[in-house]
Amino acid sequence: MEKLIFETGSEGRNGCSLPKLDVPDAAESSFIPGNLLRRKEALLPEVSELDCIRHFTRLSRLNYSVDTNFYPLGSCTMKYNPRINEKIASLPQFSALHPYQPESSVQGMLKLLYDTEQMLCRICGMDAFTLQPAAGAHGELTGMLIARAYHVSKGDPRKKVLIPDSAHGTNPASAALCGYEVVTVKSGPDGRIDIGALKDAAGQDVAVMMLTNPNTLGLFEKDIKKIADIIHGSGALLYLDGANMNALAGVSRPGDMGFDICHVNLHKTFSTPHGGGGPGSGPVGVKAALADYLPAPRIKIKRNKFTLDSDCKKSIGKVKAFYGNIGVVIKAYCYIRSLGGEGLRDAAFEAVLNANYLKAKLRGNYTPAFDGEPCMHEFVLTGKDKKPMGVRTLDIAKRLLDYGYYAPTIYFPLIVEEAIMIEPTETESKQTLDAFADVMIKITGEAASDPSLVTSAPHTTPVRRLDEVAAARELNLRWKKTGA
Amino acid sequence: MADTGKLLFAKTHEWLRVEGNIGYVGITDHAQKEITDVVFVELPKVGKEVSKEGEAAVVESVKAAFSIYAPVSGRVIKANDAVEKDPSIVNKSPYDDGWFFAIEMKDPEETASLMSLKDYEEFIKSGAH
Amino acid sequence: MKYSPHTSKDKEQMLEAIGAASEEELFSAIPSDLRLGKVDLPDGISEMELKRSVMEMAGDNYSTNKLISFLGGGAYEHYIPQAVESIISRGEFLTAYTPYQAEASQGTLQSIYEYQSLICELTGMDVANASMYDGASSLAEAALLAVRDTGRKQVVYPASLHPEYKQVLKTYMEGIKVEFIEIPHAAGIYDTEVLERQISDGTACVIAQNPNFFGCIEDCSAIGQICHSKGAIFIACVNPLSLGLLSSPGEYGADIAVGEGQPLGIPLSYGGPYLGFFAVKEKYMRKIPGRVVGMTRDSEGKPGFVLTLQAREQHIRREKATSNICSNEGLMALAATVYLSLIGKKGLKEIARQNLLKSHYLAVQISKLGGFEPVFNTPFFNEFVVKCGRDPEKIISDLLKHGIIGGLPLGRFYPDMRNCMSICVTETKSRADLDKFVEVLGKH
Repeated sequence: MEKLIFETGSEGRNGCSLPKLDVPDAAESSFIPGNLLRRKEALLPEVSELDCIRHFTRLSRLNYSVDTNFYPLGSCTMKYNPRINEKIASLPQFSALHPYQPESSVQGMLKLLYDTEQMLCRICGMDAFTLQPAAGAHGELTGMLIARAYHVSKGDPRKKVLIPDSAHGTNPASAALCGYEVVTVKSGPDGRIDIGALKDAAGQDVAVMMLTNPNTLGLFEKDIKKIADIIHGSGALLYLDGANMNALAGVSRPGDMGFDICHVNLHKTFSTPHGGGGPGSGPVGVKAALADYLPAPRIKIKRNKFTLDSDCKKSIGKVKAFYGNIGVVIKAYCYIRSLGGEGLRDAAFEAVLNANYLKAKLRGNYTPAFDGEPCMHEFVLTGKDKKPMGVRTLDIAKRLLDYGYYAPTIYFPLIVEEAIMIEPTETESKQTLDAFADVMIKITGEAASDPSLVTSAPHTTPVRRLDEVAAARELNLRWKKTGA
Repeated sequence: MADTGKLLFAKTHEWLRVEGNIGYVGITDHAQKEITDVVFVELPKVGKEVSKEGEAAVVESVKAAFSIYAPVSGRVIKANDAVEKDPSIVNKSPYDDGWFFAIEMKDPEETASLMSLKDYEEFIKSGAH
Repeated sequence: MKYSPHTSKDKEQMLEAIGAASEEELFSAIPSDLRLGKVDLPDGISEMELKRSVMEMAGDNYSTNKLISFLGGGAYEHYIPQAVESIISRGEFLTAYTPYQAEASQGTLQSIYEYQSLICELTGMDVANASMYDGASSLAEAALLAVRDTGRKQVVYPASLHPEYKQVLKTYMEGIKVEFIEIPHAAGIYDTEVLERQISDGTACVIAQNPNFFGCIEDCSAIGQICHSKGAIFIACVNPLSLGLLSSPGEYGADIAVGEGQPLGIPLSYGGPYLGFFAVKEKYMRKIPGRVVGMTRDSEGKPGFVLTLQAREQHIRREKATSNICSNEGLMALAATVYLSLIGKKGLKEIARQNLLKSHYLAVQISKLGGFEPVFNTPFFNEFVVKCGRDPEKIISDLLKHGIIGGLPLGRFYPDMRNCMSICVTETKSRADLDKFVEVLGKH
């Protein structure tokens, strides 16, 4: 293990320098009464710049990442993150803008944001977009609040939100945060919404149905228009969790399918990097009838100038200070401009091609949870037939790490036993997929001939299999100075 | 070692040991195996009113959380702090040291719907859970 | 520009392996009337064209690098050492996901553990999470925790709380029917007499922001005592850099400390991405939102790190989760970790001192000018409010012509402060900058 930064360095050392103080010096107590001043010093590290650079560089090398490894994490769309987009977002003309600068000094910024909203409207078939939500789940919350405001304005608040059992955990969590009661709709035997079950669940008390399309099994909801009709017929709204838009951008539009509200994940579909957990960005699009409820402020054009309009009386308010994760939006803007309409469609085509190719290569050795038709951008295998060998999905995932591959998403969706969810994305070449498939197949052989090799994996990573039970039972969540 | 033959069982895998009008509650051996390593138990506060089949506690493993339902209605009079401090007790001794809480039972009749050990074992075998 | 590597030969071979005649066939599940002929977007462009086109747009922006800016109000211009950017732009950090596979994510996990430790050290709290979206949403999540934990429905906050934070707080709590009580300010800080009268046994939490939106330093210890006298949860929303000098939430008895981590090495970026930090007393450890990293051992007994306390989270607890948050601000937390490591114990205090001394120098110089007077005679950190002789919006627009962004007019947030603006000074301003500002201001 790399030593903790706190255990590196030495008393009195530091890694930054400040200009010499050029205003009159004084004791802080001459400005601030002693009782408001800090008594116990924060024990920050004391390291040189080189110590610091080495520490974090060494840490970085303990990670697998898209830049270094194939990262087929289902539902996360770990595609290549173009470098030019990073460069552009870090230009001081963007990165050094203060959110309260006079509008006249940020016209280029506002134009870029306005154009991004417009492009997202066209890609999704929606009438208006907000860039404020900071992530997908944040977009869900925004969408639920918009739906709530809409129903309340009609004098019909409604209490329930329908969510399929295959949905991401954020869906029920977002609906509950908004005060809604969550009703789970079971999937049918084909892995799609069971129309009968949906009809039973739909009713006058339902405010929204949240749906992921293609769903988390990688299947397009063929009956989407019928679903929309049932939902709209009951007076409810249809919400798209756009986590899987990488299969649809440029191919088909949620707005045409009957969705009233949707979020997109700029950090998935539109190539912005995940940063080890964030920042993301989860813009929300709505149909015209809901546009007035979007968070404030809205970007408008007035007298040929871009302006931030805070006079939004019906707006749900704000879900974040300022206007959104702008640095992320800039990268997504660059991506959309680079690919253009046709490029986006090609990317979706190739994402789907890659997923189907990999599924075909693995079919003889792994069991797809749902088969008999093409998948979209991802597919789900079940590891349950490996259980008799004493090997579980978790073990297969860990063994993949030994071969230099990040593991697919595992144990999700919850409705598939021992699930292995694979999303290769379009930026991976046939050679990478071939090599990955070979390793997956090799692991099934190992599971049969030498299961302990698999169940004790990983063997070659910086640490061996970590004890999560001990971590949860004997919580150690921070460094403390010894003896303190 | 508890005499499991004297315990009563709920379909949701809790056991109940009746002592006068007090009922001790824990989870079954089958349940602790299914849950795997218990890493945390959230117990009800003493004094809390619980109703039969209402959520009374939560058991967490690393990858899941399970609701524990009261097998009978009543007021919680004791909570077993030991399982909060060392949750592994639930795995090691589900029927003895690993009990969760005790209820002052409101209506002893409510126990009628609970199963005997034999019925519970049959219930598990049948796979109806 | 395209980033997918497939040649037409690759595609042919792959289709053949799949057993499909065309890519179209793979989309057969999408009804044909839902298929798009053509997206209504311009054609793609090359990297060179993209750069040229975006640079044109960028040219219409005046960055704070070129201007002398005195804007604060929740987003602060601080110097960011180059090493911060160098580390966070490393692909191994930048292009990894949330560290689900711990053995292949030790770099991210250890840096989050270090981040959690740093936030605990700064705030004087026991446990911190791996980050939230920003200061405002972090505050809203803290209030949600308080409402859930106490079962009470009243949220108390001060008039001096950042107006956008107030909005976010209200928006987040729309679904759970909460009563909000706004306590007016007296001379720029909490009117504790009103607080004492308004707080009740129904109060879930009392929020204090320190320094507050006016830049004034609150007597958090007094606020905390009033809060705790009713058994409510005390939430402190703090500027982390100010903690180099100011008493920490742990010292004055806060139960939850949250705030905006942007001052810790994160660019202004027109308002985001920033960093919400969230720390609590141990008592509330299992109620916190978001990811948490813990130290453990591997199968050979070596130390390592994993995500832990996961049963609180949405992917396990679904509608009963402590929050819906999934993606957070990981890379920004890394920036803050590198920043705090670089500046260290000494640097933190020195930077805070320079903020204090330079802002007080400017305040004195401005008060010597006719037509401007300080509004509050209360201790402040790096931001203060002045009353202007004429409309501050006009002053700001005049100053812009001299390459200066003079401050933040407050009328847009507080109608009764139409003549006021807040002015922020950080270590980035030299005495010459400050003198120039005073000189130009004097002419307006």
